[in-house]
Amino acid sequence: MALTKADLAESLYEELGLNKREAKELVELFFEEVRAALGDANHVKLSGFGNFILRDKTERPGRNPKTGEEIPISARRVVTFRPGQKLKQRVEAYAGSEQQ
Amino acid sequence: MTDESLEKSMMKSELIERISRKQTHLAYKDVELAVKSLLARMSNSLSTGERIEIRGFGSFSLHFRPPRSGRNPKTGDSVSLPGKYVPHFKPGKELRERVIDSLKKG
Repeated sequence: MALTKADLAESLYEELGLNKREAKELVELFFEEVRAALGDANHVKLSGFGNFILRDKTERPGRNPKTGEEIPISARRVVTFRPGQKLKQRVEAYAGSEQQ
Repeated sequence: MTDESLEKSMMKSELIERISRKQTHLAYKDVELAVKSLLARMSNSLSTGERIEIRGFGSFSLHFRPPRSGRNPKTGDSVSLPGKYVPHFKPGKELRERVIDSLKKG
């Protein structure tokens, strides 16, 4: 099972006593504001959790894997996530037997 | 990254302010608690091996790094490094598209 927006809203309701509508709205706003900042060419740095970093890639040659035809892969901007120290350490300690 | 605009960062405090401004029923202090609580919940989830899936934003999962041998840079002694998990983020479609559009807009 994966953690979803509904689970996050539920935990705001349980932990902070926000009502369900407020909790749901807050979760939506949280992800929307991070997305908006990234969409407005801002890196997003959330200490303790990690940084969402934008990287610009120049155009490079690519190939259609089916036809072998050469097509350029256009210049693009991508989001990468760099986990913070705290998160990295906590995850490293995870000794789950199942590989994700 | 030479683009000047990419030197901009939004930190947690600014995120909290922006969220506060977008809604009326919660005080800044409550939004601050909520944001911290959300990040803690997400960290806990990953720390116990549970994936996170946020539609329109992306998913977080763990990637396994197999054990390898490395070297102590000071002494040159070889040391064996155990396998470990690292967090990985895969942006969702909407986020990818918005970020690509920001490049087009310049």
